[in-house]
Amino acid sequence: MKPFAFARPGDVAEAVRTVAAEPAAVFLGGGTNLVDLLKLGVARPDRVVDVRRLTSREITDTDDGGLRIGAAVTNSELAADPRVRERWPVLAQALLAGATGQLRNLATVGGNPLQRTRCVYFTDVSTPCNKREPGSGCSAVGGYTRYHAVLGVPAALPDASAPETCIATHPSDMAVALAVLDARVQVLGPGGARTIPFAELHRLPGDDPSRDTVLEHGELVTAIDLPPLPAGARSAYRKVRDRASYAFALVSVAAVVAGGEVRLALGGVAHRPWRATRAEEVLRGGPPTADAVRGAMAAELAAAQPQPGIDGGNGFKIPLVTRTVVATVRDLTSGVPA
Amino acid sequence: MTELLEPRAIGRDMVRRDGEAKVRGTATYAIETPVEDPAYAHPVQATVARGRVTAVDTSAAEALDGVLVVLTPSTAERLASVEDREYAVLQSDEVDFRGQVVALVVAETSEVARQAADAVRITYAEQPHDSTLAVDRDDLYAPEQVNAGHETDTAQGDVAAAMATAHATVEQTYTTAMYHNNPLEPHATTALWDPAADVPLTLWDSTQGVHPSRSAVCGVFGLEEEQVRVVCPFVGGGFGSKGNAHAHVMLATMAARAVPGRPVKLGLTRQQMFTLVGYRTPTIQKLQVAADRTGRLQAIAIDVVEQTSRIKEYAEQTGVPTRMMYASPNRRTTHRLAALDVPVPSWMRAPGECPGMFGPEVALDELADTLGIDPVELRIRNEPGVDPETGKPWSSRNLVQCLREGARRFGWADRPPPLHREGAWLVGTGVASSVYPTMRQATSTAVIRYEDGRYVAEIGAADLGTGAWTVLPQIAADALGVDAEDVEVRIGDTRYPVASVAGGSSGTNTWGSALVVAAREFRTKFGHAPADGDEASGDVDQASTDEDHSAYAFGAQFAEVRVHADTGEIRVPRLYGVFGAGRIINPRTARSQFLGGMTMGLSMALHENSVWDDRIGQVAKHDLAEYHVSVNADVGDMQAHWLDEHDPYVNAMGSKGVGEIGIVGTAAAVVNAVHRATGVRVRDLPVTLDRLLPALP
Repeated sequence: MKPFAFARPGDVAEAVRTVAAEPAAVFLGGGTNLVDLLKLGVARPDRVVDVRRLTSREITDTDDGGLRIGAAVTNSELAADPRVRERWPVLAQALLAGATGQLRNLATVGGNPLQRTRCVYFTDVSTPCNKREPGSGCSAVGGYTRYHAVLGVPAALPDASAPETCIATHPSDMAVALAVLDARVQVLGPGGARTIPFAELHRLPGDDPSRDTVLEHGELVTAIDLPPLPAGARSAYRKVRDRASYAFALVSVAAVVAGGEVRLALGGVAHRPWRATRAEEVLRGGPPTADAVRGAMAAELAAAQPQPGIDGGNGFKIPLVTRTVVATVRDLTSGVPA
Repeated sequence: MTELLEPRAIGRDMVRRDGEAKVRGTATYAIETPVEDPAYAHPVQATVARGRVTAVDTSAAEALDGVLVVLTPSTAERLASVEDREYAVLQSDEVDFRGQVVALVVAETSEVARQAADAVRITYAEQPHDSTLAVDRDDLYAPEQVNAGHETDTAQGDVAAAMATAHATVEQTYTTAMYHNNPLEPHATTALWDPAADVPLTLWDSTQGVHPSRSAVCGVFGLEEEQVRVVCPFVGGGFGSKGNAHAHVMLATMAARAVPGRPVKLGLTRQQMFTLVGYRTPTIQKLQVAADRTGRLQAIAIDVVEQTSRIKEYAEQTGVPTRMMYASPNRRTTHRLAALDVPVPSWMRAPGECPGMFGPEVALDELADTLGIDPVELRIRNEPGVDPETGKPWSSRNLVQCLREGARRFGWADRPPPLHREGAWLVGTGVASSVYPTMRQATSTAVIRYEDGRYVAEIGAADLGTGAWTVLPQIAADALGVDAEDVEVRIGDTRYPVASVAGGSSGTNTWGSALVVAAREFRTKFGHAPADGDEASGDVDQASTDEDHSAYAFGAQFAEVRVHADTGEIRVPRLYGVFGAGRIINPRTARSQFLGGMTMGLSMALHENSVWDDRIGQVAKHDLAEYHVSVNADVGDMQAHWLDEHDPYVNAMGSKGVGEIGIVGTAAAVVNAVHRATGVRVRDLPVTLDRLLPALP
């Protein structure tokens, strides 16, 4: 653990200036992940800038029938909002599937999507990790891969020693729901404000696994906009995990069924919340019967690469995520409560 | 035969005497000990699994403001004894396992200590390590004995011949995972070395035994027992991992001796607990079971392969319960160890019985399946009249009654057929037996004194959350013939008479026996109208003993398992245990022990798994988000019941011990229920959904 300066600026603009001015400065939201990483020596900032009292803690209706969710709104508050529960149940369910009551009371909407992977090698500073220490290699390849990616990874077995290798997954449940809902992220940075489609916020490792998102240094999430779903839309979040509560997803599915359209996002399978666009395309042609969904998932997973590893690897995710999507769409289309 | 105490306070549901202090947060744990001006110690751990430290650069650490001292193998004091290599901290350059402590920082604050520990630069000459347990290793060896002094191997009759001719056989290999104890309170010691004081060393240590902890420290540092005081009023769980002192106790002592007069606090992090405080070895159990067509066993054999560390041997007695559990003319048990470059394994709740009742109890289920005999009935048919190993009669054995009572409560007779489906869930039920030996330790002394109109009993016992603060007064009260409210018991301090470890479910049996001897001595000496200050003491070795009977607690566990037909997710909505564990001293604290054990058994069945990364020689998981223990949502209708058992042979209380039996057999019951629900026979723990996916509809 490394000492750091702590700043609590007067407003959002000052917070952004403060972080932008210092390469090793970070924003602090609820702190449910950052504080752990500070203690573990994974995050080693020089300055921590507390924004919890600066961004909005309001959920407001927007003109298009959607919601604007302030970045300081807690996961608990968002999950309990009657509008969210009624009109975007996939989001309320995803929020409640994450972490524990205590953590949800602290975690914020702005911070939650920016939490880091829980890859056991990322959080252990005694092992090589390209995400934590660029260029050091990837310990997860051939290691404990149960919670690791099968999508968005190289078609062949990744090279553990290559600097670009990373098979980590993004751990947020909420983010999977926001990806399927076509949410938009409002960001304020040193160069001004911009809007990022949620599905484009997170990135694949590419040539720089240390970067989880497209945010530039100093950019602060100020709000997330939730567009309305079409009338009659049904949505659900299904999380499959190793114990009944307080566990990250092995796989998860956020699904929206609206008229003839099926929208799908997957969690626990990739470096980012995975919008299953290929499956959505395949399903666009006809009714989402079990066979059709199975076929769509086969197309989506055609490029999936199971990771061998200790304890059996993670090849089980391919049938598991397929079965989970089939079941979730089945329940949404047959009227069974998810 | 022992004359049993007439139960007046015993058997009553009395509230925990320490409950209020714990709920209010005023109970002080080792790391919270209020001491003046404490310093803080933080270990530096090896990042190679085998090798040698070639250089330690402490300059950056020492340059930090607030660093008092950095201890390394070249600067640390030489210990009086390095015989126990787990305790021989900072005595050599050798690295014997990844995570071993190679330096220790002492600083003004916990934060600076951690920062400085990060700044210590260690250079290693790394050697190839070997940390892979396998049944076909060519260096497996037979230890001289296994834990608790049991024989390594036993054999009777001819198992091979019985296997060749029997009507039905099961021959399978079962494995249990590596497990870490993970009590809620991390291991911690506050240490003060004051050379000018009468008692120069004081340790406030989170331990299952202040006297055993003192003995360990005295041996390592060459101190006399009078020179050391160990204090431990409260423990936030131990499950065996605080039964022996571990390296951190020696490190805290060493740190205190490096800054005389200054108390030093050393609290391990959750991450450090995965290398420094013991764990349960993984086990590989090859089972052979043979039976006639009526299900009567003709042979039972268990050949166990497990691991120990290269620097200190610990041999889990996994095969031991197979020696006495069921009747069979032919039997064999063996234990073989691999000594690896791994942290030192140690006790974890029901060592031996817990892993050792997994393979056999699943094998019996497989046998029942093969024969088409109800698994409850199969166990009843193999009930031995006497202990099959020793030939001695049982002090009391009510396994059959536990099975029948459990079956009745559970509704076993009406259980659904195999592969039964209700809505989205596949439903199955399973049963397994539990057993745990009734033990009493050889050493413990209690003193009873009449003080200000009430009775004060002193004994250096430990309450690790189990209820000793509450049940010992109940025992003393009945032994004295007074109300429990008139007895104050003082425990958790070596200033009180010597007491044995809180382990082997023997605490209440041992300390209670000493209390009873002391009470009887007190009444003999002073009658019923004592004067203030009258005092008598009693030793457990003065309590009556019984060598003629075999004494065990028994139990039966019944599980209902539901497996989600879409995803394979596993839930256990019902888990019932019925136990014959002698007289229950306090139903409130005993129920907690049974339910806690069963929860830990459920956790072993479905969740716990210290996944070993043999490429780097360490556990891949290192916190409670990754190392899963069952959470509240995993526990459904869990019930513990007990028989009204009267055993005149075990001790004056008639108690058998309840701390461990609840974890024994649970995992097998769950696995057996999973098989009934899905048709999948899982022989390697834990059962996880990926194992069931291929069999789902």
